[in-house]
Amino acid sequence: MLSMIRTIWYVFLHMFHRRVTVQYPDEQPYLAPRYRGRIILSRDPDGGERCVACYLCAAACPVDCIALQATEDSTGRRYPEFFRINFSRCIFCGFCEEACPTYAIQLTPDFEMSEYQRPNLVYEKEDLLISGPGKYPGYNFWRVSGVQIGGKDKGEAENEGRPVDLHSLLP
Amino acid sequence: MTSPYPIVTMIVILAAALTLAAGLIWVERRLLALWQDRYGPNRVGPFGLLQVLADMIKIFFKEDWIPPFADKAVFIVAPAVILVTVLMSFAVVPFAPGIIISDLNVGLLFVLGMSSLGVYSVVLAGWASENKYALLGGVRAAAQMMSYEVFMGLALMGVVLLAGSFNLTSIVTAQRHVWFVVPQFIGFVLFLIAGVAETRRLPFDLPEAESELIAGFHSEYSGMKFGMFFVGEYLGVILISCLITILFFGGWLGPVLPPIVWFLIKMMFFICFFILLRAALPRPRFDQLMSWGWKVMLPLALANLLVTGAVALVWSS
Amino acid sequence: MNMATVYVDNRAYEMDEKQNLLEGCLRLGMDLPYFCWHPAMGSVGACRQCAVKQFRDEKDERGRIVMACMTPAAAGTRISIRDPEAVEFRKAVIEGLMLNHPHDCPVCDEGGECHLQDMTVMTGHDYRRYTFEKRTFRNQYLGPFLNHEMNRCIQCYRCVRFYREYAGGNDLNAFALRNIVFFGRDRDGVLENEFAGNLVEVCPTGVFTDATLKRHYTRKWDMEMAPSVCVHCGLGCNITAAGRYGTLRRLVNRYNGEVNGYFLCDRGRFGYEFVNSERRIRQPLIEGKAVSAEAALARLGELTSGRVIGVGSPRATLESNFALRAMVGADRFFAGISGTEARLLKLMLEVLRGPARTPSLREIEASDAVFILGEDVTNVAPRMALSLRQSVRQQPMEIAERLHIPVWMDHAVREAVQEKKGPLFTASVSATRLDDIAAGTYRGAPDDLARLGFAVAHALNSEAPAPAGLPESARDFVKEAAEALKAAKRPLIVSGASLASAAIIEAAANVAWALAGSMLAFTATESNSMGLAMMEAPALDAAQAAHADTIIILENDLFRRLPEAEQFLERFRHVVVVDYLENATTAKAELVLPAAPFAEADGTLVNSEGRAQRFFQALPPPAPVKESWRWLGSWDKLDDIVEALARAIPPLAAVTRAAPPASFRMSGAKVPRQPHRYSGRTAMLANISVHEPKPPADPDSPLAFSMEGNPDQPPGALQPFFWTPGWNSIQAVNKFQEEIAGPLRGGDPGVRILEAGEGTPRFFEDIPAAFEPRAEEWLVVPLHHIFGSEELSRHAPAVSQLAPPPYIALNPEDAARFGDEAEMLGQRFPLKRLAELPRGVAGVPAGVPPFAGLEFPMWSRILQAP
Repeated sequence: MLSMIRTIWYVFLHMFHRRVTVQYPDEQPYLAPRYRGRIILSRDPDGGERCVACYLCAAACPVDCIALQATEDSTGRRYPEFFRINFSRCIFCGFCEEACPTYAIQLTPDFEMSEYQRPNLVYEKEDLLISGPGKYPGYNFWRVSGVQIGGKDKGEAENEGRPVDLHSLLP
Repeated sequence: MTSPYPIVTMIVILAAALTLAAGLIWVERRLLALWQDRYGPNRVGPFGLLQVLADMIKIFFKEDWIPPFADKAVFIVAPAVILVTVLMSFAVVPFAPGIIISDLNVGLLFVLGMSSLGVYSVVLAGWASENKYALLGGVRAAAQMMSYEVFMGLALMGVVLLAGSFNLTSIVTAQRHVWFVVPQFIGFVLFLIAGVAETRRLPFDLPEAESELIAGFHSEYSGMKFGMFFVGEYLGVILISCLITILFFGGWLGPVLPPIVWFLIKMMFFICFFILLRAALPRPRFDQLMSWGWKVMLPLALANLLVTGAVALVWSS
Repeated sequence: MNMATVYVDNRAYEMDEKQNLLEGCLRLGMDLPYFCWHPAMGSVGACRQCAVKQFRDEKDERGRIVMACMTPAAAGTRISIRDPEAVEFRKAVIEGLMLNHPHDCPVCDEGGECHLQDMTVMTGHDYRRYTFEKRTFRNQYLGPFLNHEMNRCIQCYRCVRFYREYAGGNDLNAFALRNIVFFGRDRDGVLENEFAGNLVEVCPTGVFTDATLKRHYTRKWDMEMAPSVCVHCGLGCNITAAGRYGTLRRLVNRYNGEVNGYFLCDRGRFGYEFVNSERRIRQPLIEGKAVSAEAALARLGELTSGRVIGVGSPRATLESNFALRAMVGADRFFAGISGTEARLLKLMLEVLRGPARTPSLREIEASDAVFILGEDVTNVAPRMALSLRQSVRQQPMEIAERLHIPVWMDHAVREAVQEKKGPLFTASVSATRLDDIAAGTYRGAPDDLARLGFAVAHALNSEAPAPAGLPESARDFVKEAAEALKAAKRPLIVSGASLASAAIIEAAANVAWALAGSMLAFTATESNSMGLAMMEAPALDAAQAAHADTIIILENDLFRRLPEAEQFLERFRHVVVVDYLENATTAKAELVLPAAPFAEADGTLVNSEGRAQRFFQALPPPAPVKESWRWLGSWDKLDDIVEALARAIPPLAAVTRAAPPASFRMSGAKVPRQPHRYSGRTAMLANISVHEPKPPADPDSPLAFSMEGNPDQPPGALQPFFWTPGWNSIQAVNKFQEEIAGPLRGGDPGVRILEAGEGTPRFFEDIPAAFEPRAEEWLVVPLHHIFGSEELSRHAPAVSQLAPPPYIALNPEDAARFGDEAEMLGQRFPLKRLAELPRGVAGVPAGVPPFAGLEFPMWSRILQAP
């Protein structure tokens, strides 16, 4: 009984506390660089598309709002033929970013995505792809990975030896 | 002391009560926000006051939907019952000398009777909805209101004993020297708690209990029928606040300011207190609610009545 | 099976004595990592991954590390999987294997169904400590079916063991030495073996991946999968068809202990792309113009009001054939095959109802003496050739048994057996791919092959008639073959109709009947040849005589059936075709209805063994495409038509048991076609509409086009894919079997509807005369090709790349008078010199236009090309 009265009193005292509400849009809130807002696809430092269409973001997505199709250019570099995010379903959990092995998919500090028409919230690759590397400036998956693509032959990735000469018997 | 222009008084009181009830929606949201360090509705009109208007427009234009499985006639009647019974109670409330519709000599009994009738609304709504959550809400409401009504009436008998009248005006005038809250403090506390339970306000909103019963007895209601329950609830809050003011805090009595202002100040204070309760207290379990009512409140009310009666007997002899 | 009590981590378990500990543990559902062991290929102990600790007895606390796959599950064995030292050992082994593994899982086609990934996770290795350079290799071009990415190799040797020892190929090998062992060919080139595609599943990681999948790559978890049956020959291998975004993405093997086991042929695995072909019919067509389904049905109603006949098909399901039969009437329904083929099929069916039992592929694998009469099995029914190749290991296995070497100890068995092979005799018109393991081969014209068969039968049982005047060259063969067959415990005779010779079939029947307890396997060229034969409808030549205004042709290109198809079709005023690919027949049709191919249809097929197997939709057919039986009948559900069919045709009564009915539920839920990680549901169609459509209903099967449903193991016939926690690759199948490499839990799918009869039939007496070459004419026989002879797989780009162009094959001596080209039937063809081909016989590629519709065998003139 006493604790209830105390509770009532404490709640009453909140009348004199500062209000925490941010008066958006009159007042713009501070968004940290790692804020989980609108999703983008970044490019690697060389300007190439970072996404290698591995489907991990799609698999990680709890609302299944990412759909893509992998394809390859003539040199064997893999990229998404289409990449679609249905933002009307997205819950901005950031699992896709966690899952991405190439830092391609990133969440940005932008949440102002209101639309009057739901179809406008379906973003295709052209809408998602930005021109820079986003939060991770240095990384390039293709430099590390052991597959051959245009401009990078076998054995030219980081930490790789020259391709083995199979006809040599030298120890 | 009945008003010389009963029709005018009637219309004025009806309009005032309904406007106040609607305004309370805004008041409650703003106050709750205040106590939760927020702003509440502050965008529509000055201080968000027109939010009420916007909500009203919305609720009036909603589809009047009756679920196909519902018991149609009862479903429609139920919300009307609560509004009517609460509004009827206002007929005997003396706001100030002369501002009263009917100065009934059994005014207090009338009020208690009307609030008992109000239970039907909730029970019938729960029944007619043909929905298990609604039915559970209705059953809870019946049990809760019956239990709390018993000691609500008993708690007031102390006041009646002291005033020697069921007439609300007489009760107010009997407090010329000392407010009944002083001799009847236990009665006041009991009535306050019973009043909260009677209006199904938090923390005693078990018939609705969103987290368990969706919306309890009015789960299936929408549009203006839901609106009637909503307005009925706020009218109930006003009514109970009026009664507390009249029965324990000397009604319109007070220095300097005109009587009606005193009355409104006291009434608003209790309305705000009701909202504060909502902001502060969690909902009890239903079995806790019931055992509280029967095992604590009822004996207390009886003891209070016994002591008051004994004291009054000794005093008068 | 002798069970032995084995203690694993101090708990007693029952294991089969004949198995090794790895098999025992896996059978009991324990997770023990492995790489080099394969249930079909045994153990070699190469990868050191399945290490466990073995203890002498209860008191032994030190124990020693042994390889579970190399240790028999002897009674009283005490091992520990969880022992810290064993755990550490396995982790260290995988760390070693991963030293050179490239950082490319995201772009690897194996990712998500990679045994190496699974095992790495299982052992807990998660960080590469080794900081020196990774060894790299250059890849090879291996043909249109397989990609090669050698950097991913972990040197488990499974590929060469499968390719060389199991499948009998010799152009894939391990090269170089030390830590630079390379698996590939000596130079770039198409892998020659017909079963090379199995490397996709045999390789535990992504060295060999499906090149056709790469063109429309989808992860395993994203595919909508359903149990299906291969339609590219008569064996009915079980497959898992997988699709996404409305197209069929790939096929993988679906284990069926009795049929295909762990392996498929390349035609079956890569022929699926015809489903996505440009030539698919996706709209009803009236006079070549697309119309609505309603308009098409209205026209169908008009056209069928008069006199109608129906032509069924050996590549259409029982249900579709029956729907047509029910529509036009049993007396106006004709099997869509030539008279010759129909007679041969009927003959085979009659023979198989005699005392010789038709074996499943598992039984073929277990047979210990084989006589192949007239068939080039590798090219007609490829998967059977792989089973036959295993059969020659049966007899020499006795050597290993004498030495007490368990069957699964593969390397030791091979060392003990050396090059010894069981008896397998082939008699064919030309060289076959099984000749390398044959104890005896014989070449002859079809009639000579039949005479050889009759002679073998006579040698086995003197009551069987003997051909007169058998050439000297054949006598030794006959004697050896007869002796080998007589000495065998499980002798097997293989024959078929691919040379279109009734005498060969009769001869094969005589051999089988002459030898009590022998099995007789016939090949069938099409997926439902046997089922159609069981419907006992008259053939196309009977249809010639039928009077009708309208002909309805079901999933059949008559130009591949009749030499004079054009004239045949002209006899009808209206031609209606229900099919899924444009062909010469659909071009002649007034009304074409778009049928659903196997991946979009439900139905039942009867394979050459006489096993009825149900397949289910992997993809919902895109409206207005629907199953032929839906176009032709008014059945609401598959079960209704199956029941009607079972009632109407008594020999097919058992097909209702081929798979559980649509009402089958597990704990009240359907079986989900999609894995629980299926992605993109709310985005894949969002570009069309953001309102997600309801998943398509499936009234025909207990499977759902959804990821919701009961994730438990359904009966084998409904198993949409093999996956269990921790086992994402196809190796998960271990957890679905009653025994390792045994039947699936609840029995292997399919129901046998053809069983051997009682009594002794009368031997066939009609022995043909010996073949006499003619002066200016050649006996033209069809030479089958695994890639190219079959109608549907020809439309798959990868298969069509390997299909031969039309040619004429002649014995070099016959060909001496021609140049590089010769003329036949008024056209010029390149000339191929086949030393093995008898003189006077010409071979042409079967099923390859313009030879597709010819009636074989035929005599034809071959002229000097002008």
